[in-house]
Amino acid sequence: MSILLLIEQALNGLQFGVMLFLMAAGLTLIFGVMGLINLAHGSLYMIGAFAAAGVSALTGSFLLALIASLAAAAMAGVFIEMTVIRRLYDRDHLDQVLATFALILIFSEGTRYLFGSFPLFLDKPEWLSGTVMLPLGIEYSLYRLTLIVVGLAVAAGLFWMIARTRVGIRIRAGENDREMIGALGVNISRLYTQVFALGAALAGLAGALIGAIQAVQIGMGEPVLILAFVVIVIGGIGSIKGAFIGAILVGLTDTLGRFLLPQVFALFMDPSEATSVGSSLASMSIYLLMAGVLLFRPKGLFGEA
Amino acid sequence: MKLKSLIVGASLAVLAAGSGWAEGVKVGMITTLSGGGAGLGIDVRDGFMLAIKQSGRSDIEVVIEDDQRKPDIAVQLSDKMIQSEKVDVLTGIIWSNLAMAVVPGAVAQGKFYLSPNAGPSALAGKGCNKNYFNVAWQNDNLHEAAGAYATEAGYKNAFILAPNYPAGKDALTGFKRFFKGDLAGEVYTKLGQTDYAAEIAQIRASGADTVFFFLPGGMGISFLKQYADSGVGLPVVGPAFSFDQGILQAVGDAALGVRNTSQWSKDIDNAANKAFVESFQAEYGRLPSLYASQGFDTANLLISAVEKADVSDADAFRAALEAADFASTRGDFKFGPNHHPVQDIYVREVIKEGDVYTNKIVATGLEDHADAYAGECKM
Repeated sequence: MSILLLIEQALNGLQFGVMLFLMAAGLTLIFGVMGLINLAHGSLYMIGAFAAAGVSALTGSFLLALIASLAAAAMAGVFIEMTVIRRLYDRDHLDQVLATFALILIFSEGTRYLFGSFPLFLDKPEWLSGTVMLPLGIEYSLYRLTLIVVGLAVAAGLFWMIARTRVGIRIRAGENDREMIGALGVNISRLYTQVFALGAALAGLAGALIGAIQAVQIGMGEPVLILAFVVIVIGGIGSIKGAFIGAILVGLTDTLGRFLLPQVFALFMDPSEATSVGSSLASMSIYLLMAGVLLFRPKGLFGEA
Repeated sequence: MKLKSLIVGASLAVLAAGSGWAEGVKVGMITTLSGGGAGLGIDVRDGFMLAIKQSGRSDIEVVIEDDQRKPDIAVQLSDKMIQSEKVDVLTGIIWSNLAMAVVPGAVAQGKFYLSPNAGPSALAGKGCNKNYFNVAWQNDNLHEAAGAYATEAGYKNAFILAPNYPAGKDALTGFKRFFKGDLAGEVYTKLGQTDYAAEIAQIRASGADTVFFFLPGGMGISFLKQYADSGVGLPVVGPAFSFDQGILQAVGDAALGVRNTSQWSKDIDNAANKAFVESFQAEYGRLPSLYASQGFDTANLLISAVEKADVSDADAFRAALEAADFASTRGDFKFGPNHHPVQDIYVREVIKEGDVYTNKIVATGLEDHADAYAGECKM
């Protein structure tokens, strides 16, 4: 094992992490501001990917596809917020889980009705294909590098928005005291819709960006949703900063675990057994990480005590 | 009043027609029609129903239910079909874990089970049953052919990967059984994994000269797209599951030129296959996949048995199934002693015909290939 391979794997972990952040940011904002557990967040990710695949097939343009993914997911977000989610803010979490689980089923079968049962084609554009040479002679996929840059840029934009803009101030105020900002004359239901649309758009963007190198198919959102929940639990529910750190931690742990654990076991076990034990343990690694974090910080890394 | 009696009369007629089924055969199809793996179940169903329709027989009734890819639901459905629907034959299951949950119970109650897809080793060896027939393959078969092909193509150092679950382990075992070279690496991935950057980096560093992978469905799409993007560029070999007609369009150029092993291909040259491909396209407006061909063959096997024997005479019906006296889309087809196919397995290459990605046969990987477990089966 060379140090270069290790660096390449760390980049892979970082790339996985920033994409997870796009999912987790919306989830944690929605939970932080509205106190809502949104299981249908994975469906918004899927909608983004399907919208991008549809538009890309029609127009051949990847940029238009990305815009379509943002727009479609945000519109779907606004629609479900106004019709379903709005009625759930005052209900307890079990009702929210039930209702948003129903939304998953509706979106999945609705997507099947519109697009059919077979996976769709979505590819990265020509100008992002191929590999680039990084310093030290690491050959790395240009598209994955772009994902890292885009993910970090979105994260920076989000931090700026929360810290410096009026909407950001309202979001922070909403997290702290919902009733109070309502009493101060802020249109709280419009704020909720805006936050929901923002979270949905980020999930849709993640779906489209990831869809270009993965399978665009029904049910693609749920595995990512589970990881995003792990991220926000590790980071502290409601914290954007926590979601960012949590996402990078999960991305690195998962990628490096998959790569290193089988090799560690191979030091003292028969190779094929080591592969099997190592990869079984690797698939648990992020949950072990989560358990470890919760043991020392029950509210997550950046959760409010 | 007149209308009412008309309705009563009509209902009676329906009832009478219903009781007439004693002569025919009732089939329960449990397959995956919703969720991520639905494409496979839909293809099996469409292939199966096409054959029933073409036979023109009115004495075969098919009840279709969706198992949602969940073993517990599959078991509930099979109980319902056996107890209240009173089916004679069960079929349709795609996934090995669902088959393991349903098949032993169904055959123990004297029902016939015809598998159009899943072929777990446990049901081919010690757990075989006289009423269980697999019309597709034993799980290891296509991987064994891939191993044989990799050896023949002169590859010396293979990097192999599969998901960490029973069928994934069968896959790597099957490949290793027929591959004579060395292994540059052996990796088990998480079931349902979507990102393969870590594995691809290992492949790049491993010094392998070929890559064998078994990643069915969406996992294969993700792997192939990312592999093409990584610029590693080593030749890839795999079983047909990641290269079937349903998912090739989603992989696109990334799959072009890849060699894969299959017991069926749309260009197998026989009259039954030509007719099947044409009529499937005419009926459903898409090219058939290997799953569709398996559904079609399963139905034709059933029809051939119904023509010879009454299902209530289990021994005669079983003998008629064993004879496998039907025109398979695969050409030669017969059952081995454990009721699993003995058949040719081909090596195909992914090509582009016009705008459509599809496969063409380039070689025969293994001829008249049976499975490795037949010897353990005692019926």
